[in-house]
Amino acid sequence: MTTKTLTVRYFALFRERAGCDQEQLAIEADTAGELFAEVARRHGLPHLTDAKVAVNDEMSSFEAVLSDGDTVLFFPPVSGG
Amino acid sequence: MFTVSHQALDLEALKAELPDPGAGACVIFEGWIRDTNYDKPVTALDYEVYEEMALKEGSRVMAEAAEKFDILAARCAHVAGHLEIGDCAVWVGVTSAHRDAAFLACRYIIDEIKKRLPIWKKEFFANGDTGWVNCEHGSQSASPAAPVPRGTSSSTK
Repeated sequence: MTTKTLTVRYFALFRERAGCDQEQLAIEADTAGELFAEVARRHGLPHLTDAKVAVNDEMSSFEAVLSDGDTVLFFPPVSGG
Repeated sequence: MFTVSHQALDLEALKAELPDPGAGACVIFEGWIRDTNYDKPVTALDYEVYEEMALKEGSRVMAEAAEKFDILAARCAHVAGHLEIGDCAVWVGVTSAHRDAAFLACRYIIDEIKKRLPIWKKEFFANGDTGWVNCEHGSQSASPAAPVPRGTSSSTK
């Protein structure tokens, strides 16, 4: 794994648990899933079925390979309507 | 068109966007804030919307509805912020020459909006508890075709 500088944004339940709506991290993570595992460990975020991830404002997947400078958005299960 | 509103929806103004001389049907869905969820009394809801992506994805849903169904116009608006019992959280209006297309498109739009848009609701319960829906106390039925038996619970239908 290589160290990347990433902006991580949190929403709803994840934002409340992380205690911030975004942070910049220099972190070893190749995929969005690896990044989530690390920030979940740091902040005590729950692993929720139906959580989603977006990269640079486009829906993505936890298998997506991240690039240096990406903004990664973690969405807990949505509940609009 | 899909929009996000930071104030109460003006339902008459939304409906006024729809008239068309070729329309023989207008189907409207309003999602209201209900006073109970999972058998617990609810006093209010907060909607958090990530607008940048909600607007993009909402516009995609509207375009898909126009592509899939023989409709004349479709309009949807969702509220962001604090709502109380009886308030309208989401409004969908669809017109078509004949009713079938309007019913189907309206159903498609509300179902996709609920499934795909980055919108979250936090419930405030009468006993002082709060909770994020679908995150902290089970998930509601997401099956569009399944009949909803009486007593099944979700914050808006």
